[in-house]
Amino acid sequence: MSVTPRRVTGVLAALTAVTLAATACGGDSEPAGKDAKNITLTIASNAIAGGKNSAGAEWIEKWVIPRFVEAQKAKGITAKVSFVPSGVDDEQYKTKLALGLRSKGGADVVSVDGIWVGEFAQAGYLKPLSEVAGDQVDKWDGWSQIPESVQGLGTFDDKRYGVPQGTDGRVLYYNKKLFAQAGLPADWQPKSWQEILDAGAKLKALPGVTPIQINAGTAMGEATSMQGALPLLVGAGGEIWKDGKWAGANQPVKDVLDFYTKVYGGGLGDPKLQQEAKGRDKSFEEFAAGKIGILGEGDYFWRSVINPKDGIAKMPDRDSTVGYAMIPAKQPGAGIRGQDFVSMSGGGVDVLNPNSKYPSQAFELLAFMHSAEATKAQLAGAARITSRMDVNKEVLASDPMLNFVAEKVLPLTAYRPPLAVYPQVSVALQEATAAAASGKSADEAAAAYQKKVEGIVGGPGNVSS
Amino acid sequence: MGASPAPDAAGLGRARAAGFLVPSMVLILLFLVVPAAWTIYLGVTNYRLTGLAAANPEIVGLDNYTRALTDERFRTSLLLTLQFVLGSAVIGQAGLGFAIAFALRDRRGPLRRVVEAFILLSWILPSSVVAFLWIALLDRDAGTLNALLGTPGMAWLLDHPMLSIIIFNTWRGTAFSMMLYAAALENVPRSHLETARLAGASTWQQLRDVVFPRIRGHVLTNLLLISLWTFNDFTPFLITAGGPEQRSEVLAVYVYKVALSGGELGFGAAISFIMLLINLVIALVYLRTLGRRKEAP
Repeated sequence: MSVTPRRVTGVLAALTAVTLAATACGGDSEPAGKDAKNITLTIASNAIAGGKNSAGAEWIEKWVIPRFVEAQKAKGITAKVSFVPSGVDDEQYKTKLALGLRSKGGADVVSVDGIWVGEFAQAGYLKPLSEVAGDQVDKWDGWSQIPESVQGLGTFDDKRYGVPQGTDGRVLYYNKKLFAQAGLPADWQPKSWQEILDAGAKLKALPGVTPIQINAGTAMGEATSMQGALPLLVGAGGEIWKDGKWAGANQPVKDVLDFYTKVYGGGLGDPKLQQEAKGRDKSFEEFAAGKIGILGEGDYFWRSVINPKDGIAKMPDRDSTVGYAMIPAKQPGAGIRGQDFVSMSGGGVDVLNPNSKYPSQAFELLAFMHSAEATKAQLAGAARITSRMDVNKEVLASDPMLNFVAEKVLPLTAYRPPLAVYPQVSVALQEATAAAASGKSADEAAAAYQKKVEGIVGGPGNVSS
Repeated sequence: MGASPAPDAAGLGRARAAGFLVPSMVLILLFLVVPAAWTIYLGVTNYRLTGLAAANPEIVGLDNYTRALTDERFRTSLLLTLQFVLGSAVIGQAGLGFAIAFALRDRRGPLRRVVEAFILLSWILPSSVVAFLWIALLDRDAGTLNALLGTPGMAWLLDHPMLSIIIFNTWRGTAFSMMLYAAALENVPRSHLETARLAGASTWQQLRDVVFPRIRGHVLTNLLLISLWTFNDFTPFLITAGGPEQRSEVLAVYVYKVALSGGELGFGAAISFIMLLINLVIALVYLRTLGRRKEAP
C-alpha cells in the first residue's frame, strides 16, 4: 500500500488541527452590556439543599432566582439565573473559588468569608464594586441600612468589595438536661475560665459525657481559631494583631494554651476528637445526641446545625434543652478593653466577579439579594444578625437567641485582621492548640508557635512576645 | 548520503517519517514538556494562590528548595512516604501478590476464580467508595472492626495512622501484582521445578534458584511500577487527610495541603520537582539492582 505525499499531508493537517483545536468561544451578535436582552447569571455559595447551610441554598433557588427572573421579565429582559451549590469545608471552598477566579471563570455573584476579601483583592481576583458595576453601586439605597462596622467586613483598603450578609457572634452552648443531672444551674453564665472548668469537673461525673468541647487542632481549620483560640485570646486581654505586630509567645497566648492543657490534659475534653478529619462534624453529632456538656460555637450552630427543622444535626428539643451563655474573660475585667465578657465575629460577604459578562446586571441581582424583602425571606425564622438595620429591628424581638447575640454579644465583640498573612498565622495558632491539647506544656507549644510566626511574618521584629 | 532510496524498512523517507512523528511530538511537547518546564519555573518563584504574590510573583531562586530541605515537616513527610512505599508496595502488594500467585499456580477451577474475583474487586472499586468503607471499618465510635474485636473506642486511624493506610493500600493494590506474577509463573517450566524437587530442594531453594531467575524481569517491572505510583499516591488523603496532626502526611498529601489549602503554589511546585527527582532515583536504583546486564557480544 503506497501512501501519496499529499494524502499524508492532509491527514497530518487534520490531526494537528484536532490536536491544537482550542475551545472556540461563540461570538454573540446581540446587544451586550447594560442593554442586553438575554442575560445569564450564576450565583455560587457554600450551601447545598439537604446538606450544608441548606436553608440558604433553598432561599437562593426558590426565592431569589424566580423573583429576580420575574422582575427582569417585567423589564423585557430574559434572564437565566442558576445556582452553583457547594457543601464542603470552608478551606476547600476557598481554594475552589480562588482557582475559578484565577482562570477568569467562576460565578457572577459569589459568597465569600469576609476574611478572604483582602487576599483575594490583593491577588487581583476581586475589584471594588464600583469598578466592576459602575456608579450605580454607590447610589444603592441599601448602604444606608448597613452599619459602618458591618460594612467593614466587605471593605479592603477603604474600598467596598462586597455587600455583607450579616455578622455573627460566639457563645458557649450548654445542655440543660446534663447540667440538671450534674447539679448545675439551668441559667448558667460563667464569669471566669475557672468557672467553665469547675462546671466541666461536675459534668465529668456523668457516664459517657464529654464535659467540654473547645475546638483545637488543625483538622477543624479556621473553626479552631474562631471558636476556640481567638475568643480565649481576647478573654486573656490579647489580640492576634495589634499595633503592627503579631502575637508571639506572649502571656495571653500562653494563658490560652494553658487553658487548653487544663481542658484536654485534665480529662474534661476529648483530645482524640480534635485530631479526627471530621472532628467538627462529630462534635455536632455528639452535642445533638446529648454527649457533650459545653460547646463553644458561633450562632451558626444554633441556626444551621441543631436547628430542629433543617439542621445537619437536628435537635427536636433544642429550644428547651440548649442554653447559651456569653464567653467570659479569664477573670472579670481581664478581657480586651477591660471587658468581663468577650466574643469574636466574622461574616459572609457577597462579591461580584470582575470577569462577569453582565457586571451591571450582576449588581442588580446582588442588590436584589440584599433588599429588605429578600433579607427577611432569607431569615425565615432562623436566628441571624442580618446586615440591614431595618430588618434587624423588625425581627430581633421575635427570636430570643438572635436578640441575645445582638444585644449582649455584638457590643463586645472583636474582628480578625483583614490581612493576607492572617490565615497562615491562624494555622500556626491552630498547631499550637493541637500541641497543647495532645499533652505538650503551654510554654513548649508557645515557643514553637513563636518560631513559626516569626518565619511567616518576616522575622521577630514583627512579633510581640 | 546521496539520493539513494530511503534506508528505512517502510520506504517512507526521512521527511514523511518525520511527518508521522510530528503530531505525537506536538502532543508530548504540549502536555508533558511545557507543564514540566512551567513547574520548574514556578518552583523558583514565591507564587501564591491569593494575596500580593498571586498578582506579582517574584523570582526567589532556590529559596523554596532550601526551605523544603530544612523544613522538618517536609523531611517527616518524605520519611513517611518511604515507609508507605516500602510497607504497602514492596512488602505488602508485591509480597502478598506473589504469595497468592504462587499458591494458586497449579490450581484451576472455582477456588482460584473466587479468590481472584475478590482481590480484583478491591482493586477496581472507585477510591471514594473504598475510602468510605474503610473509614466505616476503622471508625472509633461505630467501626466494624471494633465491633468484631470487642474493642470499643479503639481509635485505629488516630493511634496507628500509618499502619492503617499501609494495610489499606496493600489490600487495595495487591491485584495488580498477583496478576502480573501469575502470568510470569506460567513461564517457569514444570520440568525444572520437578527436577529441583527430586533433587531435594526446599520450597525456598526452588523459589530462589528456579523461579526467580525466570521471572526476574517481571519482578523488576512490577516493583518499578508499584513503587512509583505508590510514592505519588494521593488516596491516603481520603482516609486520614494526612492527620492526625500530620502523622500520615505522605508527600502527595503534603504538596496538596501546601499548594492548594495553604495557597503556596511556588513552594508546592518546588516540592513536586523534588518528588520527580526522587522518582528518578528510585527507578535508577531498581534498574541497577535488578536489570539484566547485557552480555557483551
